[in-house]
Amino acid sequence: MLEINDLWVDIKGKEVLKGVNLTIPSGETHILFGKNGSGKSSLLMTIMGFRRYKVRQGRISFKGVDITKLPIHERAKMGIGMAFQRPPSIRGVKTRDVFNVCNINSVSCDDLADKFNFSGLLERELNVGFSGGEMKKSELLQLLLQDPELVMLDEPESGVDLENLQILGRAINKLLEKYLWRKRAKSGLVISHLGFILNYIEADSGYVLLDGRIHCRGNPRELFKGIQRHGYRECIECQR
Amino acid sequence: MSEVRRTRAEKAKDKKSAFGTDVDLLKYQLLSDDKTDPLNLEGLTKEDRGKIIQSGVDLDEQDRAATFLQTDHRIVHCAVKQPGLEVLPMAQALEEHSWLEDLYWQAVPVDADKYTAQAELHFQNGYFIRALKGQRVTTPIQACLYMKHNNTAQNVHNVIIAEEGSELNIITGCATAPSLQSGIHIGISEFYVKRGAKLTFTMIHDWAEEVMVRPRSGIVVEEDGLFLSNYVSLKPVRSLQMYPTTRLIGPGAVARFHSILLAPPGCELDTGARVVLEASNTRAEIISRTITTGGVIKARGHLIGLKPNVKAHLECHGLILANEGIIHAIPELEGHRSGAEMSHEAAVGKIAEEEIEYLMARGLSEEEATATIVRGFLNVQIEGLPPELQAKVDRAIQESEKSML
Repeated sequence: MLEINDLWVDIKGKEVLKGVNLTIPSGETHILFGKNGSGKSSLLMTIMGFRRYKVRQGRISFKGVDITKLPIHERAKMGIGMAFQRPPSIRGVKTRDVFNVCNINSVSCDDLADKFNFSGLLERELNVGFSGGEMKKSELLQLLLQDPELVMLDEPESGVDLENLQILGRAINKLLEKYLWRKRAKSGLVISHLGFILNYIEADSGYVLLDGRIHCRGNPRELFKGIQRHGYRECIECQR
Repeated sequence: MSEVRRTRAEKAKDKKSAFGTDVDLLKYQLLSDDKTDPLNLEGLTKEDRGKIIQSGVDLDEQDRAATFLQTDHRIVHCAVKQPGLEVLPMAQALEEHSWLEDLYWQAVPVDADKYTAQAELHFQNGYFIRALKGQRVTTPIQACLYMKHNNTAQNVHNVIIAEEGSELNIITGCATAPSLQSGIHIGISEFYVKRGAKLTFTMIHDWAEEVMVRPRSGIVVEEDGLFLSNYVSLKPVRSLQMYPTTRLIGPGAVARFHSILLAPPGCELDTGARVVLEASNTRAEIISRTITTGGVIKARGHLIGLKPNVKAHLECHGLILANEGIIHAIPELEGHRSGAEMSHEAAVGKIAEEEIEYLMARGLSEEEATATIVRGFLNVQIEGLPPELQAKVDRAIQESEKSML
């Protein structure tokens, strides 16, 4: 589904990704761990195609097509979707209008909002005065409407209270088709800082990203246990 | 009294305005003296009808409490459909109501500048609108000041009175004939909102590229009165300068100003609102959304709190959509007593790249994302504005979207 080869990326002349290689097969969900500033969000933003992230070297392919130079909306139309860690507030633009933009399968936005306890926010300006949890919910609901084949989530659990964490977990499972035991077609790339997300999704593989490089690959739960016990220092030394 | 006024006007006829480009008034012809046949709605050409309708006037007069239409210096139509409401040409109102002399030129000084002076010395009518005591006229009243002859000056004087406990909704469209290129419009408007009355004034301007516009307005709001102003100018005009002053003289009086302005290349808009909060518990709000696609905009606002327990907010937001063009936000707050709660928020810039890219990640092209953000930026929902008038404002914005992007 997604293949990244030797990806080097700059922001304003500063290197943020230094030769990343990554493959996510169809139906798998991979998790990215790493310290603040290690390049996790930069990787997602680069895959999405944000212009600030300049690809100096390497290639990103999605469903066998080289998308390294494609504009953002064309990547979105091909089936890449992203829930932002800190989405912008857009004054005057109603949340409902953005939901309608995402809604490619013409489902009822009201029913969806109702299911996820979001109805009161549809008529509000997008993210203006939203709590952290409300923003995360808005992001996930937009993705549900967008129905992407590659789901990228940037710290979906940060700033969310325990009660809402379950609701978000439900949304993420739905997004990644985790209820399907066979022929699951959706792939996921999820950034987690805290690892709570592991309780809500069955991740197939995990990585630790440090200083723009992938240092560790393996079973996500084992990786997270290691990080909890020893911090990221171990990962730097381990070079697995 | 009128002699004193004339003398004051004579003395001010060369007095430059404190703001805006100075206009040489001698360049424009002054039309006067009707010896021609009376005008009527049926006599309007197809082109004129089109422009007048575009400015928000419904010529079928459906769902309108009254209609007033003036072309250049001549009254075309003046009709009232609802009792408790008076709409007259200004000259006739002055003849019929001797008491009007006491209010005339009280909210705007006759010698403020050369434009007020010209409106007095070369008076060319205007409208008088009054809701009688306790009358709630919720159906909109429409007024249109239309300029047809090239290179002329239109000098009108309007007085609007919402008597105690009454309610008035006025929509005015000012426009020019398709063939008119150059001219000057001087409009004096005096608003008197009496105790507990509510007055909503929505003005949509549609001038021509070489037209100079100098409205001079003054508003006086008494105890518990409410004045709502909604101003929209999205079409090219050479130079528009106005800075109306509102006095909130009774406790609990409220004034709100919302304006939506677009300055295409070659256009100069110098507009704002000044509100003096003279009584306790008065409130004011001035909100402007401005966009330049190459023109110059000065967005002013001045709030003066003279009493404690007043509350006022000023908001100037500007978007620069072209490489040329200037938006200059000039917000001023002046508090004279402790306990006055006054704030302002001003932001000028281009659309944040982050917002465009965010919407692109949801599948919109760059142009679509920009249009969505611009539409949102101009989406000022005005509290208390009748839905029909809000729809007119929304339509005016929709129609001009193409010219912005």
